[in-house]
Amino acid sequence: MLADRDRVFTNLYGDHDWRLAGAQRRGDWEGTREVILKGRDWIVNEVKESGLRGRGGAGFPTGLKWSFMPKESDRPCYLVVNADESEPGTCKDRDILRNEPHKLLEGCVLAGAGMGCTAAYIYIRGEFYAEAQRLQAAIEEAYAAGLIGKNACGSGYDVEVYLHRGAGAYICGEETALLESLEGKKGMPRLKPPFPAAVGLYGCPSTVNNVETIATAPAILKRGAAWFASIGRPRNTGTKIFCISGHVEQPCNVEEAMSIPLRELIERHAGGVRGGWDNLLSVIPGGSSTPCLPASTCDNVLMDFDSLVAEKSGLGTAAVIVMDKSTDIVRAIARLSQFYKHESCGQCTPCREGAGWVWRVMERMVAGNASVAEIDMLYEVTKEIEGHTICALADGAMWPVQGLIRHFRPEMERRIQEYRAAASRKAAE
Amino acid sequence: MPKVTIDGQEIEVTPGTTMLQACQQAGVEIPHFCYHERLMIAGNCRMCLVEVERSPKPVASCAMPVADGNIIHTNSPTAIKARRGVMEMLLINHPLDCPICDQGGECDLQDQAMAYGFDRGRFEENKRAVRDKDLGPLVATSMNRCIHCTRCIRFLTEIAGVEELGATGRGEAMEITTYIEKALGSELSGNIIDLCPVGALTSKPYSYVARPWELRKTESVDVLDAVGSNIRIDSRGAQILRVLPRLHEDVNEEWIADKTRFAIDGLVRRRLDRPYVRRNGKLVEAEWQEALDLVADRLKGAPGERIAAIAGDLCDAEAMYALKELLTGLGATSLDCRQDGARLDPGCRAGYLFNTTIAGIERADVCLLVGANPRWEAPLVNARLRKRYLRGGFRVAAIGPAHDLTFPVERLGEGGEALNAFARGEGAWAELLRAAKAPMIVLGQGALARLDGARVLGAGRAIAETFGMIRPEWNGFNVLHRAAARVGGLDLGFVPGPGGRDVAGILEGCRSGAIELLYVLGADEIDLPDTGLAFIVYQGHHGDRGAARADVVLPGCAYTEKDAIYVNTEGRVQLARKAVFPPGEAREDWAILRALSGALRRPLSFDSLSELRHIMRAAHPVFGDIDHIAPAPWGAFGETGPVGSEPFAYPVADFYRTDPISRASPTMAQCSELFGGNPETQPRTGTHG
Repeated sequence: MLADRDRVFTNLYGDHDWRLAGAQRRGDWEGTREVILKGRDWIVNEVKESGLRGRGGAGFPTGLKWSFMPKESDRPCYLVVNADESEPGTCKDRDILRNEPHKLLEGCVLAGAGMGCTAAYIYIRGEFYAEAQRLQAAIEEAYAAGLIGKNACGSGYDVEVYLHRGAGAYICGEETALLESLEGKKGMPRLKPPFPAAVGLYGCPSTVNNVETIATAPAILKRGAAWFASIGRPRNTGTKIFCISGHVEQPCNVEEAMSIPLRELIERHAGGVRGGWDNLLSVIPGGSSTPCLPASTCDNVLMDFDSLVAEKSGLGTAAVIVMDKSTDIVRAIARLSQFYKHESCGQCTPCREGAGWVWRVMERMVAGNASVAEIDMLYEVTKEIEGHTICALADGAMWPVQGLIRHFRPEMERRIQEYRAAASRKAAE
Repeated sequence: MPKVTIDGQEIEVTPGTTMLQACQQAGVEIPHFCYHERLMIAGNCRMCLVEVERSPKPVASCAMPVADGNIIHTNSPTAIKARRGVMEMLLINHPLDCPICDQGGECDLQDQAMAYGFDRGRFEENKRAVRDKDLGPLVATSMNRCIHCTRCIRFLTEIAGVEELGATGRGEAMEITTYIEKALGSELSGNIIDLCPVGALTSKPYSYVARPWELRKTESVDVLDAVGSNIRIDSRGAQILRVLPRLHEDVNEEWIADKTRFAIDGLVRRRLDRPYVRRNGKLVEAEWQEALDLVADRLKGAPGERIAAIAGDLCDAEAMYALKELLTGLGATSLDCRQDGARLDPGCRAGYLFNTTIAGIERADVCLLVGANPRWEAPLVNARLRKRYLRGGFRVAAIGPAHDLTFPVERLGEGGEALNAFARGEGAWAELLRAAKAPMIVLGQGALARLDGARVLGAGRAIAETFGMIRPEWNGFNVLHRAAARVGGLDLGFVPGPGGRDVAGILEGCRSGAIELLYVLGADEIDLPDTGLAFIVYQGHHGDRGAARADVVLPGCAYTEKDAIYVNTEGRVQLARKAVFPPGEAREDWAILRALSGALRRPLSFDSLSELRHIMRAAHPVFGDIDHIAPAPWGAFGETGPVGSEPFAYPVADFYRTDPISRASPTMAQCSELFGGNPETQPRTGTHG
């Protein structure tokens, strides 16, 4: 279990003052200047050493990403913070935005200094209205205190911070769609290459990072890479906010060490599965787009990138959705299919056409109005869609269905047989 | 130079080449829908997926630049599976209405489904239904068929420069639409029909008319403007059913203007199909011999200086040559092909050509437009200017009334004053021109067809010379013509000889009685009713303005009905080819003049078109060089002196009705009504009377 002294987000629950004064009491904005003065290379190297992996879902090593930014550029460079948290089940960034906004802003300054950015854009989900207001207030406080803007923290480094509200599209959380949306265009993912580090926002080198990633950076830079790397397992280091929802006694957000066993996480922090551990049916470990795990796997699996990949799932945003045996799992996954069908941007053929197809078949599967052969067809169709599109939304839309078929095929077949039997009974009457 | 291996075959390509281009170079066909070499890469259809070694996922080859050492497989199981999957997705919501779809037989989706698709469908759900959009009188829609490749959006936004088409909705609810229902306000809108890889956008006038395999295809050129767009004429029996663009990189690339494409229904309306002779004030049908004898009698009775001829905008070089030979043989010198009165100087060829050439626009860096509205006078020249603008580092200024050209243009003034200032080397733009590496000036007919047009020409020459536009490798002096016959007429010297009258003089002579016989060769843009007692012979193909006043009407051929030579505004000699036979008793124009010379008993020295061409080429060698541009030598032309301050008036008031063919076209009439001659104005609504 994570010791209190190792906690990065000390006001995750909003028990204390979120404003500048309170944040400073908790240590934010302390020593920021000194870190900036250590220089770009030191910052990027420290983050590399810490083993921090992106907290937005894909888990790309953050230090490596930062090192892609050009050392010298005749154009401005931008840091873009992805606060468009829309993944069903995920609500970690929201708590950071409303309770720890200064941690994020400090992170913007330090990450910006590490990459030579002239400005940081925070793209916040449109539905986060109160959060946007609070973040804006924090930005204004920080400007007034000289912490951001010209000569940020007295370090001689200039960085502007802008807040931009989205309009409520899930796809705008995809980094290049976010850039499009930020530029005022329709939020559709861009082709890569070129990657944002070469051609990003307004055609300038840019790096897009998740809120949690950026907000964690100050702690790493101030307490040292070794401290962060000592938590968790190799390649899966540091602390992570887990969002536990669903059929648990106490759904919560909690900051824990990476690689904590799933069972320990649920039982220690969320009060256990409703009706006891044996009542567990399935867990979606990393936000709605990761494949579900059967209860048997949940006994021993560790919550980190590598061990979940080994179970053919993923850590994603570490949003643990717990489902007990009362859950209609087919219906639950069908609902996710509907969500992804609705949120597909419509650019690529497989996702545009296929997401709707998969959802419709899933709806039939819920009732059992299908044939067993169609389960195989459905699996094949998800494989035709996955990996054939510009962005990863289609992959994320197909994984839940693949997880369902992998682990709950008997349930799907049972329904089909039941439906058939009912239909033939009706015909006989 | 990166080396890549494609299906085991190693090739070397230039850096920046995409995988799809590399595959094409290696002779490997990659199916694709959204990719089009002249449009921005969208990469959204996913049909072009290939397997690249060491890449975890299949790669969209249209968007991925090759890297050295790439090993690409286009027919590996992964690539085939990916392609099949995409094809299945494309087809699930595509209606199975090929039998009633106008795209049938020339449909990319049909062809590629045959080559790369499954042999059966697995989709059991209901297909998506999408409301059709009304895009105006030219483009018919059937949006159920749309595969969302966005070629149409990209074409209109990038090449046509009107941001009118876009996609609304998300995911499977995505629709291609004009946002608010309206007709497409672009003079290039018809090209989206060709670009659409399926039957979602088809030609409205051509709806349900024919199947592609029923059509006879004739390669020809367009004459409705002076660009000389290369076209393919599709005909069945005696009727032309459609016109499509034909690739010519130096002229029209692969686009054509809407007038070129859709005015063809004017070719079967208001046609002159037999000779007419005026008796007792009324035109009555006559036999050829009777009409020719009548004209011959009149010609015999008139002394040369009392005979005049005006050639119109659609005349072919052969007819003008034959008419000139015939009348100069009778001593006539009052010939003119400049019916708009443009003060062009036939003495120096460089003085009336678009010397930079259309493709040469892409090498220019500064452009000054004088009294020209290329968007309406030559839409494809405008498209080329826009293409150059999109590449960046190109500045355009214009002298003349404001008009949206689809790219930013700095207005320096409306009339001669700004031009005079330029000629004196004054103003900020003069500095810009001086500093430019490849500056160009374009004189429009609006600036030349006025009383001081010769001075405008002279000022243009002065500007070209002062600002270094005339160099051995670069000629930045351009005249933008709007009539297809004009350059050919000037090349032939169809202009007043010694003591001859020009168009204004001829008309004045008709009124005063100094001209006894006026031969009008397809000239419909002049004011003939007020021509006094002069005997007027009209030879042409449409019963338009010219025929109304004529005393004898001799029915000729339209450009689709004869083999003929046209010279475009660049001085490019091109061949129009006969696609169908002319209606009724109409005859080829050179043949009418040959017959008339027979009736006069002074036969012209040729009996066939090839003999005519042979003689014409001997006299005017430029006509021997088909589709080739030889730089014209620079010389003196125009007059010096200040240009009057009146604003330049553009020659085209209504893009859709500029000539006898488009005036006879119901489709063009619809467009004209819709846009009021101005594609930017709003269409009429229910509250308009």
